[in-house]
Amino acid sequence: MGKGAKYKKLLLGIILIFAVAVIVGAPMIGMKSLSMHSMLHPADGSRDADIFWKIRVPRVFIAFLAGAALAVSGMAFQAIFRNPLATPFTLGVASGASLGAAVYMRFGLAISLFGVSGVSLFAFGGAILSILLVYGLTRIKAGFSIGTMLLAGVALNFFFSSAILFTQYMSDFTDSTRILRWTMGGLEIMGYDSVLNMAPFVISGAAIILFLTHELNLLMTGEELAISRGANVGRIKKVLFFATSLMVGGVVSICGPIGFVGMMVPHICRLMIGADHRYLTTATILFGGAFLTLCDMLARTLIAPAEMPVGIITALLGGPFFIWLLLGKSSSKMGMM
Amino acid sequence: MGNVIIDISSYSFRIGDKEILKEVSLTVHEGEYVSIVGPNGAGKTTLLKCISRIHRGGRGSIAVAGRRLEEYSQKELALKVSYVPQADGRHAPFTVREFILMGRYPYLSPFSPPGPSDTGAVREAMEVTGTSEFSERFLGTLSGGERQKVYIAAALAQEAQVLLLDEPTTFLDPRHESDIYRLLAGINRERGVTIVSVTHDINSAVLTSRTVLALKGGAVAFCGPAEEFMNEEILRNIYEKSFSLMQHPQYGRTIIAPEVP
Repeated sequence: MGKGAKYKKLLLGIILIFAVAVIVGAPMIGMKSLSMHSMLHPADGSRDADIFWKIRVPRVFIAFLAGAALAVSGMAFQAIFRNPLATPFTLGVASGASLGAAVYMRFGLAISLFGVSGVSLFAFGGAILSILLVYGLTRIKAGFSIGTMLLAGVALNFFFSSAILFTQYMSDFTDSTRILRWTMGGLEIMGYDSVLNMAPFVISGAAIILFLTHELNLLMTGEELAISRGANVGRIKKVLFFATSLMVGGVVSICGPIGFVGMMVPHICRLMIGADHRYLTTATILFGGAFLTLCDMLARTLIAPAEMPVGIITALLGGPFFIWLLLGKSSSKMGMM
Repeated sequence: MGNVIIDISSYSFRIGDKEILKEVSLTVHEGEYVSIVGPNGAGKTTLLKCISRIHRGGRGSIAVAGRRLEEYSQKELALKVSYVPQADGRHAPFTVREFILMGRYPYLSPFSPPGPSDTGAVREAMEVTGTSEFSERFLGTLSGGERQKVYIAAALAQEAQVLLLDEPTTFLDPRHESDIYRLLAGINRERGVTIVSVTHDINSAVLTSRTVLALKGGAVAFCGPAEEFMNEEILRNIYEKSFSLMQHPQYGRTIIAPEVP
């Protein structure tokens, strides 16, 4: 049975409080325990204040932005392709973005446009090209099945991964290590400049998607029905592809490919709040941000004093989740398989 | 008869290099109930999709309420024409109420919640179709007949003058089939909604509608009053098989007698 609007608003409130609690709480926890006093009084020149304000706080911001962006772009993909397994990662869009970023690093380019870093622009370009490619593939094969689509994604992933390996192979040692480390997906050593670099991509992309919640609902009922209800499906899809590419490019260029967030978060949110995008979008943004922030907290603390890339944590959680979705009844009950 | 609401004149449409519709012409008046029949692959569904502009392009012209389709934005067209697709067994994970509310899309703006006119239209559509009792159930849990009523309700909530239906009664048992036909007849008579319905069931086509359009190989094979359509020669030409006709015991109209193999 569906749940009423009141229930959904209440649930959104709870998710909001949860997200705020995670943002406030996450910087407090780390491999070095910091005293509350020294964190809040940076004037006494302790290292605690520096760790807190210059390392942990920006890192939490980055994690939250990245999580929100990956989750909400996954959600948009699932509506467009009417499939819970469709995400920028399963369809190869994230590896396209990674390839764009790797090419940029390999050639040590230093381009920026209106203050936006070149690596983000290259990742954005890679993302948008691969979306067009995967969408084109599903279009050519009329009446595409889930199988065709995921296989196209797998093929693209292989292709782009090899291209990234090739780029890396052709690089000198420093660039090569930099690319390798970056492809693992991580959020280490990031300052406010990374936050500032990523925020415009994520915020504008998410704003576009928040603006199109009715349209996402309609897309989920099928393109033809959506058109007959008055939706300009062709244009809406272009706008959605643009918005998701912005977000995926913006995130991937800075954090590397962090997988599975876009699959797990929207699914969990759909189970909690239902598929109506008027509520689901906000829930996915907030919960996605909080989710990746928590995963990153684990990445920072699990094997302390060392850290691991957060991409490893999300993949360890996401792999089994993917299989559960693939086999499980829950997705067919949700009518998306 | 009312004003002309749909005016199709020598319209041709191709997908790839296959010509699906050939020089089709059809005039539908306000409040009319038209059935489109014809063998498989005759282009019936394609014609509906061209009227609702799911398919674009084609030669010739289609006009709705005096304006050519190209002059409409998709939203404006949705205010005139609504569409109930063939059941394809896929269900979006929405509740009945959520789904019917989506019929209000052409009236909604991005951030404003649905207003009283929207909730009113949804309530009315649910009452007319008898879907209120399962408004909070998910689409995937409905039976075929319930599903069809919900799709019709969503189209009604759109408050368009024309309702296009693609095989609204396939996969339904006789009781649900007659439920749907009674519902459509009511919508047509009491609300003055113009109905254009694609069907394989020739008997129900001639019993429900005054006008029948028969397509064969993409071209119009017959267009006229239902009584004239029930002619052995016309039917044999269209379906390439012979039929035996009989009088309906109750309504005195000609129908096709069931066949013994």
